[in-house]
Amino acid sequence: MKSIDLAVAEVRELNQALHDQASECLEREWEVLNPKGQHNLAVGIDQNLSVEVRGHAGYFCAGMNKKAHITVHGNAGQGVAENMMSGTVRIKGDASQAAGATAQGGLLVIEGNAGARCGISMKGVDIVVKGSVGHMSCFMGQSGRLVVCGDAGEALGDSLYEVRIYVKGEVKSLGADCIAKEMRPEHLEELAELLNRAGIDEDPAQFKRYGSARQLYNFKVDNVSAY
Amino acid sequence: MCGIVGLYLKNPALESRLGELFEPMLIAMTDRGPDSAGFAIYGDEVGEGWTKLTLRHPQASFDWAGLAARMQADLGVELDWFQNANVSVFKVSSDEASLRAYLSEQAPSVLILSVGQSIEILKEVGLPEQIAETFQLRKMKGSHIIGHTRMATESAVTMEGSHPFSTGMDLCLVHNGSLSNHNRLRENLKREGIRFETENDSEVAAGYLTWRLRQGDSLQTALEHALQDLDGFFTFTIGTRNGFAVMRDPIACKPAVLAETEDYVAMASEYQALTTLPGIENAKVWEPEPATFYIWERDA
Repeated sequence: MKSIDLAVAEVRELNQALHDQASECLEREWEVLNPKGQHNLAVGIDQNLSVEVRGHAGYFCAGMNKKAHITVHGNAGQGVAENMMSGTVRIKGDASQAAGATAQGGLLVIEGNAGARCGISMKGVDIVVKGSVGHMSCFMGQSGRLVVCGDAGEALGDSLYEVRIYVKGEVKSLGADCIAKEMRPEHLEELAELLNRAGIDEDPAQFKRYGSARQLYNFKVDNVSAY
Repeated sequence: MCGIVGLYLKNPALESRLGELFEPMLIAMTDRGPDSAGFAIYGDEVGEGWTKLTLRHPQASFDWAGLAARMQADLGVELDWFQNANVSVFKVSSDEASLRAYLSEQAPSVLILSVGQSIEILKEVGLPEQIAETFQLRKMKGSHIIGHTRMATESAVTMEGSHPFSTGMDLCLVHNGSLSNHNRLRENLKREGIRFETENDSEVAAGYLTWRLRQGDSLQTALEHALQDLDGFFTFTIGTRNGFAVMRDPIACKPAVLAETEDYVAMASEYQALTTLPGIENAKVWEPEPATFYIWERDA
């Protein structure tokens, strides 16, 4: 395992060393020491690496990740795994706002709580949160799945496209065009598979499903007088 | 963008190290606010019937000793004072109204930065590191302290426009964010008799709290009203005589992190500012919820 101590090295050196593995992978296992809340840790990786961040991370940790498996042993700041393409990002603590924003693929697991706007404009990523999520989560979510084992804040799934949302606890309020939907066998199966991949022991039958009512997709001529 | 930091000691044994613990927190927020910085420190409290003022004069050579002597003679008060750079702290056996009246008449060029029994506000234009050095922050003692590093967006970079803003006896406010209804609100508050030194939006938030508290609100009720009446983005940290409070607006796009151990409660815009605190590795660290008050106060 290659260890980079950020008490000594710069974040740029860390990220460059990780990027260098894209063309020819010489080291699969990485460890980041003393992250101390610095921003942009382990961003833009394009290789099947394993990265352990030992401590709290700042903003945009694991952004744009491709293929790598990144674990933060602490909390993560705003925009963790934003625009992730593939791979796995796991946060052992809490994540701040906009976790998994615009992410297109892969799996984001948050073992604590996520702040506001979790999964905002997500485009294919799967997000599993063991705790609760804040307000406006999954705003304009386009595709992928969001699983919340705790509660969801106000305006969940506002202006939702095609993300399937599963929540076990209370939903404070649903956003515009987001509705509760029937949990069919294929959804129980899909949820069981997501929980299993995230390594979280929950009963899929305890969850409710939410999705788009698809009423905002097209302009309604009846509303023309409003403009 | 701006940076906010606060440190409230639960363990009195650390009070002699307050400045030393706080200085790196303030400096760590330089990248969020490099144009001005300031802090409000609480400690060295004066007794009943006494008032502590932090006074500033634009000229470093201002004759503070002369002012102190005149005040003693004219008002017939006991007075103790010390100078720190171009700021002086006056401790006077008198009340706020008499002292304000005296200073506005006899020394109109002196600016009152804070009034209370415990608070001292120190702030300047410049890098946080320089300001910490100017006021010898690391040597300061006290029970709690809040600070601000500014990146101006809504008004000019001046000492007057930098934070913290005094909001009444032993109260002050630091703000990260921007208010969108500050012009209208300032006009309304002026009619209520609140005075403003600048065009700054955060000063309006401070003035608003001063007004609410004058109406008889508790701090908590004043903050509840602020949530209704202030339009914009904010994370506020409010220093009180016995502690501090943190509040974020309902949209909560301005960051805040809290950390608590048996020894202290700390607040910062980013976790980076907390990494030098003792025992932070094992502290409880969390993000404050939107539109929720967090208040820590020791028993008076």
